[in-house]
Amino acid sequence: MFQVRIHGRGGQGVVTAAELLSIAAFLEGRHAQAFPTFGSERTGAPVVAFCRIDDRPIRVREPIARPDALIVQDATLLRAVNVFDGLGPDAYVLINTARDLRELGAAEALAALRPERVRTVPATALAREHLGRPVPNAVLLGGFAALTGVVSLDSVCAAIRQRFSGRVADGNVAAAERAHAYVSATMKEGVDA
Amino acid sequence: MLRQMEGSQAVAEAVALCRPEVICAYPISPQTHIVEGLSRLVKSGALAPCEYVNVESEFAAMSVAIGASAAGARAYTATSSQGLLYMTEAVYNAGGLGLPIVMTVANRALGAPINIWNDHSDAMSQRDAGWLQLYAEDNQEAVDLHIQAFRIAEELSLPVMVCMDGFVLTHAYERVDLPEQRQVDDFLPPFAPRQVLDPNDPVSIGAMVGPEAFTEVRYLAHRRHLRALEVIPRVAGEFADAFGRESGGLVRPYRLDDADTAIVAMGSVLGTLKDVVDERRGHGERVGVLGITAFRPFPFAEVRRALRGVRRVVVLERTLSVGVGGVVTDHVRAALDGAMRETSAANGAAPYLWTVIAGLGGRPITTASLHEMIDRAVTERLEPLTFLDLRRDLVEREAHRERAAERV
Repeated sequence: MFQVRIHGRGGQGVVTAAELLSIAAFLEGRHAQAFPTFGSERTGAPVVAFCRIDDRPIRVREPIARPDALIVQDATLLRAVNVFDGLGPDAYVLINTARDLRELGAAEALAALRPERVRTVPATALAREHLGRPVPNAVLLGGFAALTGVVSLDSVCAAIRQRFSGRVADGNVAAAERAHAYVSATMKEGVDA
Repeated sequence: MLRQMEGSQAVAEAVALCRPEVICAYPISPQTHIVEGLSRLVKSGALAPCEYVNVESEFAAMSVAIGASAAGARAYTATSSQGLLYMTEAVYNAGGLGLPIVMTVANRALGAPINIWNDHSDAMSQRDAGWLQLYAEDNQEAVDLHIQAFRIAEELSLPVMVCMDGFVLTHAYERVDLPEQRQVDDFLPPFAPRQVLDPNDPVSIGAMVGPEAFTEVRYLAHRRHLRALEVIPRVAGEFADAFGRESGGLVRPYRLDDADTAIVAMGSVLGTLKDVVDERRGHGERVGVLGITAFRPFPFAEVRRALRGVRRVVVLERTLSVGVGGVVTDHVRAALDGAMRETSAANGAAPYLWTVIAGLGGRPITTASLHEMIDRAVTERLEPLTFLDLRRDLVEREAHRERAAERV
């Protein structure tokens, strides 16, 4: 089982990201379960959503305490809540930021992880460019596909098209493809270095 | 067709496949997505003919459902928590009148204090309302139970509550196999009401009954409910034949055959429990799970049979009867009393029976806490009544404050 925890803020489509990821996995014939932490959500408040992916039916329904991967939709959360809680040394981390990792104020937590599994992607900027709105959720899934290989970019795009239509779908797909290329390129740099 | 979708949306589509003719809706979390989904299906014409009535309260929702059902229409509504309480008077009327309304209860805690999250307090508060109550383990079962519920309701002329854990199921995206319309049509014939309100042939229903016959009315209601103990498993069997999967029924034993410890539970926690039990079975521990699908009527005989030979029983309850403890526990105890009478000659010893209150107001029931609970159960160190993951520091602080206030 592969477990993903997504951190963001109300309005960034955190719950939708988990749902889209579950659809992408489903389209690959796998079992997936996505669910939010439920609260009286307010715009800007920290929000968490979860996605489990497995080849077998998923029965467990507790929140994900030990994620295999983390998607951080808002880098300001790194200073606000302990997004790294329960993270093992082999976990993947994808952070939405245009800044350098070292500037994010999470050096200690990130140092405990395998560097080739930690990546950033400027998903908000890509969303602005392709969607005209700063909604980074679907975009990040493109980067997630590149970083982890747990789902393919094609499945992510198909999930986006299943959920959205017209310009919203096109913009998200284009931005997700850009994010995928961006993360792939930085991973290649990592290998070359 | 297999789809990856939200539980509420899956239930909305399943209900639509049952061709309800009247849907009364008043929104309340976490049920709202269900009736929203249905409103879209009615508006788009995908569900027709169907009258979708936006009412001004839950009391009105159930009252409209009563009127619709009495006039011969297949009627559906959904609610949660205080919404269910607000419609209580009408809920009892639907039960007493024997109107085969189907209602989803997206289970949520009751206030005060306000809490929008999941537990079973709402449906439990209506356990004597004369409705059947079925509890879904996952979203597939929620879908399947709704299709079965209309069949059961109309065959018995009794209302059915389909209970699904609010948020945990209603807001979870998972794989669901939604049947084809043709399959559901074959399984669920058009509603043929026992009695119809008809202006051309006027009758009164629900009129006053005095002391000379009220006991008999209640007795007959009881007898009809007991018939559900035969109808529910039969319909589940026919469902399995028609749709190719097991869903519903009265109880769902899991790895109980040689178990000496059993956890009894209802609803979505069963999934987590089964994973925990599998892990412990891997270490050779003889532990199993008894899922109760039908809480009303309560399947005493089936519970007794399933727990035969079990030495330790933990009833995991997502509700609290304040001042008493567990609710399901009392039912299980009654079932076990019967088992003891049957087997006392064979082994003599009464099984341990413990209540564990868990998951109130949306507190997650974790694998770790369930393991700890079972650790204590198998070593017979559980208290008769345990509150899982109780924050003792918080409780002690408040108790201290109360004591200080009393001294003043």
